[in-house]
Amino acid sequence: MAVKLEIPTALRQFVGKQATVEFNAATVGEALKQLTGAYADLRKHLYTEDGRIRSFVNIYLNDEDIRYLEKENTPTKDGDTISIVPSIAGGADL
Amino acid sequence: MPIVTGTPVVPDTGRTLSKEEIQRYSRHLIMPEVGMEGQLKLAKAKVLMIGAGGLGAPLGLYLAAAGVGRLGIVDFDVVDFTNLQRQITFSTSDVGRPKIQAAKERLAGMNPSIRIDTYETRLTSSNALDLFGGYDIIVDGTDNFPTRYLVNDACVLLGKPNVYGSIFRFEGQTTVFGYPGGPCYRCLYPEPPPPGLVPSCAEGGVLGVLPGIVGALQAMETIKLIIGIGEPLVGRLLLFDALGMRFRELRLRKNPSCPACGDHRTIRELIDYEEFCGIRGEEHIPVTTGIPEITPRELKERIDRGDDIFILDVREPHEYQICHLNGHLIPLGELPKRAGELDSSREIVAHCRSGKRSADAVQFLRQAGFRKIWNLKGGILAWSDEVDPSVPKY
Repeated sequence: MAVKLEIPTALRQFVGKQATVEFNAATVGEALKQLTGAYADLRKHLYTEDGRIRSFVNIYLNDEDIRYLEKENTPTKDGDTISIVPSIAGGADL
Repeated sequence: MPIVTGTPVVPDTGRTLSKEEIQRYSRHLIMPEVGMEGQLKLAKAKVLMIGAGGLGAPLGLYLAAAGVGRLGIVDFDVVDFTNLQRQITFSTSDVGRPKIQAAKERLAGMNPSIRIDTYETRLTSSNALDLFGGYDIIVDGTDNFPTRYLVNDACVLLGKPNVYGSIFRFEGQTTVFGYPGGPCYRCLYPEPPPPGLVPSCAEGGVLGVLPGIVGALQAMETIKLIIGIGEPLVGRLLLFDALGMRFRELRLRKNPSCPACGDHRTIRELIDYEEFCGIRGEEHIPVTTGIPEITPRELKERIDRGDDIFILDVREPHEYQICHLNGHLIPLGELPKRAGELDSSREIVAHCRSGKRSADAVQFLRQAGFRKIWNLKGGILAWSDEVDPSVPKY
């Protein structure tokens, strides 16, 4: 299934500045694996060391949060969009 | 209803609009969706703005312009020269003044008929509930994760809507949390990112007009909630991509197992949010503990003595163009691949803008076996302050 991944601004530096990347994948999880396979630097920003998606990053299939679908096993269709939405707060020098 | 000449009255509010106010708000009043009823709702509304910065600036201006009867502003910060690129309530002459003072003056100048209360304080777990209690709607215009969780939890505990907006570089997010039946911030993000994993505006930068747009969207949502018109962004996350000039919408669900607003809540009081976000105990410059440092003055002395010091600059090329110390530029992200360009037998001083990135560089290189390496404490900013004021600060 040809799916489009929307890359948030904060992570575009790891994918050669692209705003969207396309892959063929049958599930959301497969698309993300291909993404981190092609752009290894992205891995630690999306996944913890034990391979789970980081809790401050939300993944959407079209407009629905995958936590309310089948998580990474959510099947995809041609033309679907997967959005990566990390939490942002702007501002302060931490 | 009979048409009454003179000062119009809307049943059971007790508040009327003066002739002056009718003229001021005429463009609201002539719209059936607002009318006298809507304008009086605005006049009776009490909105608390958390933050008078990039988001708070357009927010405050539009809420004051719209006639929100009572505005509260919480901010402990002082106007900085670098704020003027985006915090449009302030003038150059305000630099150095407390933000709430400058903001209050500007907003009161625009609309003297509203009440503006200012709170020059840090929002904390011990004052949030009392502060929020006097207001109907809270608008989150803050710039850090601990405060966002604090605002959220306080709003959920008190049952008040939280109009949320956040930005980063060219991207913005906005939604309404804490609305009855709707999700809260923790439904979307149960946990904050560990410190250092998400850059701030000072590190990542921001296009000045971006908070202008997002703050105005927050003002729009606040006004809609007050008047009760249109569809508020409850359960909808509006994403704005300024570069692509696209708005997208994602569905936000209320999480039944949310610890703050779910079916089995565990959050019944406000907590230590800095600890929650992993910041407690790290004080001011967390990463420099144990990293060998050299101050700008010490470095200058050694260079003047003729010592052979290799200066490594780990900033980005566009920063080097602003100012530099003639250092060898290897951006931090490229250091692992390019460490071979460095001679570990030489004495190396690493620097960045403020000393944080270069501390990471020193740590990395020490782990790679470099022994004669120091971090320039305070970075090029400190060099400008202490050694050479002709070096611009940014």
